[in-house]
Amino acid sequence: MRSYVLRRLLVALPSLLIATLVVFTLPRLIPGDVVQLMLEEKAYGKDLEDLRAKLGLNRPIHAQYVDWLRAIGHGNLGESLWTRQPVLAEMTRRLPVTAALGLIALGVAILIGIPVGVIAAVRPDGVLDFFARSAAILGLSVPAFVIAILVTLLPAIWWGWTPRARFVEFSIDPTAYVLQFILPATILGIASAAGIMRLTRGMLLEVLQQDYVRTAWAKGLRERVVVLKHALKNAVIPVVTVLGLQVASIAGGAVIIEWIFGIPGMGQFLVDAIVQRDYPVIQGINLIIVLIIVLTNLTVDLVYAVLDPRIRY
Amino acid sequence: MTNSVHTLSVPKTSSRTWRLPSLVKLMLRFARRKPLGAIGGVIVLALLVMATFADRIAPYPYAESIQGARMKPPSIQFWMGTDNLSRDIWSRVVYGARISVTVGFATVALATLMATAIGVSSAYVGGAYDIVVQRVVDAWMSFPALVVVLSLMAALGPGLHNLILALSILGAASASRVIRGAALSVIANPYVEAARAVGSGHLRIVLLYVLPNVMATIIILATIGLGTVILAESALSFLGFGIPPPYPSWGAMLSGSGRSFMYYAPWMALFPAVAISLAVFGFNMLGDALRDVLDPRLRGSGRSASLL
Repeated sequence: MRSYVLRRLLVALPSLLIATLVVFTLPRLIPGDVVQLMLEEKAYGKDLEDLRAKLGLNRPIHAQYVDWLRAIGHGNLGESLWTRQPVLAEMTRRLPVTAALGLIALGVAILIGIPVGVIAAVRPDGVLDFFARSAAILGLSVPAFVIAILVTLLPAIWWGWTPRARFVEFSIDPTAYVLQFILPATILGIASAAGIMRLTRGMLLEVLQQDYVRTAWAKGLRERVVVLKHALKNAVIPVVTVLGLQVASIAGGAVIIEWIFGIPGMGQFLVDAIVQRDYPVIQGINLIIVLIIVLTNLTVDLVYAVLDPRIRY
Repeated sequence: MTNSVHTLSVPKTSSRTWRLPSLVKLMLRFARRKPLGAIGGVIVLALLVMATFADRIAPYPYAESIQGARMKPPSIQFWMGTDNLSRDIWSRVVYGARISVTVGFATVALATLMATAIGVSSAYVGGAYDIVVQRVVDAWMSFPALVVVLSLMAALGPGLHNLILALSILGAASASRVIRGAALSVIANPYVEAARAVGSGHLRIVLLYVLPNVMATIIILATIGLGTVILAESALSFLGFGIPPPYPSWGAMLSGSGRSFMYYAPWMALFPAVAISLAVFGFNMLGDALRDVLDPRLRGSGRSASLL
């Protein structure tokens, strides 16, 4: 087990290194220069050079990359070119917001996906199964931003109700802070819920065919016990793997949902930074996102090994 | 051998004097086995017709302001109403289909080409090349899709060509993984070894032995990818990183003016929203059904569980 963990970590390292290279190079390909954007037309050649030197943008690009890597090693993500605020400080303010949104979304996805999948699988081709499958198809086809628009639009037309647009800080009102995430997180989780439901249904159907389940039936166990205790445990193992993939898709979806609902999280930070060509911010956000996803995949693999004793490394 | 010949009885020719062409018959059988897939197929067909004949179907040009018709609700003259710049929304939705279809097919074509080149070469060459390429693919796949495309679009700048390029670079990575897997299993076959023994060159082996046998996988990946790409295009245009106005992309129609005016003119947001959902639904259903019919082993793979 320990050697497996080590090997798994070793494989993740080169990918991470390549990822940092991508993270570093990508924003620098953006046409137009942040220095020109900052000074607009008011600057002369000398001013441009001065500002560039001040921001450290006049050094060779590979030197900038090495500097950046070294700074990361010291836990320093640099500072925003515009506000001169440390990226890490801004991030510690925004990451919890996105994390709360994402975790609630993941929770919604699991709470809807697994039970509905079980209900659908118990009576395949029944009425409930039909509805569950249709809902899943709908959930996968209607994009989150379309659902978000409809959810804000339809109640407004019918009852004149609009969701509150102001974001409440945790320190001001903790209950309102959590409550304001419910609607956006549910919308964010719908697509994942549909995927999880389909997988749970498929896996459970397969497991219910196996001999040991027939034995359980033959012992005279009740349906609840057979399905929930015997079959479900084996059926949800692949679902764990997919949960890891869902973290990535939720992280991407959060960008749009934050933008629509005006939630000051990482997604909005990223979109703003891209518009302003704020290299350190774009790099910092991308780096953190990649780290989180690589760590999630690692955790998923390890959890998988614990859950399924047939897998030995 | 004789046995198998024996059991293959020739089907009786029907007494009907006419017969359906085999392609139609094949499609009917597909429709009976996969009704949802058939519905998807009809939607896709409708989209293609809208995209191809947009200038004949749309009653107005997509950017024309119609005098005295600002934010009119749906009526006989304007099926889906008009927007804040007095443009006919139905016409814009029709032209929007052209964008979705163009971006969808061009992206998938480009992505498939890249993915096939990467996947097949990685599987065929193997060794250090394979390891390096796969690590890069790993790194590429560990970014959330939307974040990659956003950063790429920011780097490339808005516009149709850049959008297609950014989306295909994204799609190529994960597709290449699946194609590599398929190619690996093909290369392990004795006939590839036989071809090598006979003295065929690398190019000949790849083109005549490996490629034809991974074609089914490639086609299925491409079909499934279409829905995802159309979804991604609308999401990017929604965020304002897609195709610049005045060209009508459904995602952009939903976000800019559609969102600011939606309480006064809900039809401005509703119809593009329905169009996006129907298109994604159609491609997804057709892709799923095709995969089940052509290659059930691929079930659950290759699909990035929708981008958002």
